[in-house]
Amino acid sequence: MALVQIENVSKIYQTGDVEVAALSDINLSIEKSAFVSFVGPSGSGKTTMLNMIGCLDMPTKGKILVDGKQVDTFNRKERAAFRGNVIGFIFQSFNLFPVLTAYENIEYPLVLIKNEPAEKRKDMILDVLDSVGMIDQKNKFPDQLSGGQKQRIAIARALVTQPKLVMADEPTANLDKQSSINVIRLMREMKDKFGTTFIFSTHDPRIMEEAEITHTLVDGKLT
Amino acid sequence: MIRIFKIALRNLLRYKRRTMLTSLLITLGIVLVILFSGLAGSFKAMMIGQITDSSLSQMQIHKKGYVSSIDTMPLNLTLDTNKYQKIEELLSSNTEILAWTPRIKLNAMLSNFTDTTNIRLNAINPEKEILVCPDVGSRMTFDKGREPGTLLNPGEVIIPEKLAKGMNLNIGDPIVLVANNKDGSVNGLNFKVAGVIESILGPQGKEGYMHIKDAQELLRMDEPEVIEIAIRLHNFDRLDKVYAAVSSKLTGFINKKGVPEFEIHTWDELSPFANIAIMIDFMTITMKIIMIAIVLISILNVMMMSVYERIREIGTMSAIGTSPSKIMSLFLAEGLLLGLISAIVGNIIGLGGIFILNIYKISFAFGRQENLLLSPTVNITELLWVSGIVLLIAIFASLQPAYKASRMEPVDALGHV
Ligand SMILES: Nc1ncnc2c1ncn2[C@@H]1O[C@H](COP(=O)(O)OP(=O)(O)OP(=O)(O)O)[C@@H](O)[C@H]1O
Ligand SMILES: [Mg+2]
Repeated sequence: MALVQIENVSKIYQTGDVEVAALSDINLSIEKSAFVSFVGPSGSGKTTMLNMIGCLDMPTKGKILVDGKQVDTFNRKERAAFRGNVIGFIFQSFNLFPVLTAYENIEYPLVLIKNEPAEKRKDMILDVLDSVGMIDQKNKFPDQLSGGQKQRIAIARALVTQPKLVMADEPTANLDKQSSINVIRLMREMKDKFGTTFIFSTHDPRIMEEAEITHTLVDGKLT
Repeated sequence: MIRIFKIALRNLLRYKRRTMLTSLLITLGIVLVILFSGLAGSFKAMMIGQITDSSLSQMQIHKKGYVSSIDTMPLNLTLDTNKYQKIEELLSSNTEILAWTPRIKLNAMLSNFTDTTNIRLNAINPEKEILVCPDVGSRMTFDKGREPGTLLNPGEVIIPEKLAKGMNLNIGDPIVLVANNKDGSVNGLNFKVAGVIESILGPQGKEGYMHIKDAQELLRMDEPEVIEIAIRLHNFDRLDKVYAAVSSKLTGFINKKGVPEFEIHTWDELSPFANIAIMIDFMTITMKIIMIAIVLISILNVMMMSVYERIREIGTMSAIGTSPSKIMSLFLAEGLLLGLISAIVGNIIGLGGIFILNIYKISFAFGRQENLLLSPTVNITELLWVSGIVLLIAIFASLQPAYKASRMEPVDALGHV
């Protein structure tokens, strides 16, 4: 069975009297360990799409299955718990916690979300830190790191809980050309190493090339 | 849990200036409360001590109706030997009572053989009086040759300072006291001025002293009668409890008309200064309310700012799966920590302040007594109460902002710039 199964999903935003169909009648499935990108012009519905799959938002219509669970029926608390257990997130502006060091940022989901015992945590963190090549930077605070380095730590934070799925909405939009390529390649390496499914969105043609499967959105529809 | 407080602390330190200012404000409130209640409490204790230990006593028993007609000092509302013994029996059965003493209050005419004037007298049993009002001698001045510790002998009178001046009387001078007894017959006896007493404010402030035996003779009592029984406890803090116990037993004494025979009053029902004590309590409570308001407003303000500034961070926490209750506890911990740090610093500074006030004692005058020294004390329970209230208010003030943070939708919060 596919990891993500989307059936007849629509998302309609209501602003005043105006209705905007950010997604209309989408059908899609994404297999385990896939490396998938969503592309399309600005306003085409990429972020909306990723928010639906990532259980951050609810569809107006349709059914979404992630890892066999029908997530569109979840309540707030269930969605939060599901995200914590099954999905990792990488953000466009990194979103590391500024008061925590690189190491502590990676530790955060293990302590505050997964309640992992202290003995297990250290190895798990050092393992991902090593995988993203940031062991020597582990005691720095986010404001002491470059954009590319921050995104590596963010990738490590997303992976440390061993999620089945990692969502990344424009993960390279705030990075220069070389860092962007490096970050996407790192994600791909991680996918190969841990078997994690990666779903990301991008505007950048060179980044699109790195994806194994590319879905194109135009005006909320898949083409 | 420790982790949550660690993150909360780091977040507080992130806005050092703001945290410091808020903490300073709360600290100031706590210090003010500690210092004020320390000073006011010691002032109050001293004032009450002054009143109860030097003239009034802590608690008094009279014949029913005496206190309401106290201004005329009636001589017909007396306790005869039989009733006095009944009350003594009752008082001796209560182990919390340290001592009691009989008194007669009377009006008399004082003559120095040329002039005559009116005098209010408190006739006492000196040996017992000193147990009930240990400071009774503190306002009295005697002849230098007088044996130390002697308060009053039969045949002696201690007269108010002002009266001594007005009547041109000195220690050792002979005087005559003339008094009407309850039947209206007049009697006069010779006395010697043994000392003078400094006047203080209040109804008991201008009384002279004489021996109770002399008063009974002057008033031609066939058998010894007394007007008032003054009582002292081992522990003044137990006054209300002992009052209730004695009072309930006293109501058991009923005369032929079915009316209670006796009445009992505590010092605060007998002295107008009780109102000052109430005022002091009221001001202390007002200070505490002000402190609570400071803590509430400043922490609410800081926490609302914290939440508003960190919306995107809250969005991130929520997106990666932090449960709403954890997000809430992160912010509650922050408010609690702010209150805790302020409370600790406030307690230290407050205690330091009290310590300093105890070194450089504050002197003040009360009534005609000058150079009374205030030594503010701290009550540990009071300190714990104040700190506890600060912590509770800190949590209470953080509730709304923390709840707001926990209810944020990740999509909206992440999109916030
Ligand atoms: N919260 C919202 N309220 C109303 N309309 C919204 C909301 N979020 C998105 N939209 C609308 O839905 C459509 C899809 O937006 P979405 O953010 O998914 O596009 P996108 O492909 O991610 O664009 P970009 O490349 O600029 O990030 C747009 O027309 C947008 O205006
Ligand atoms: Mg977008």
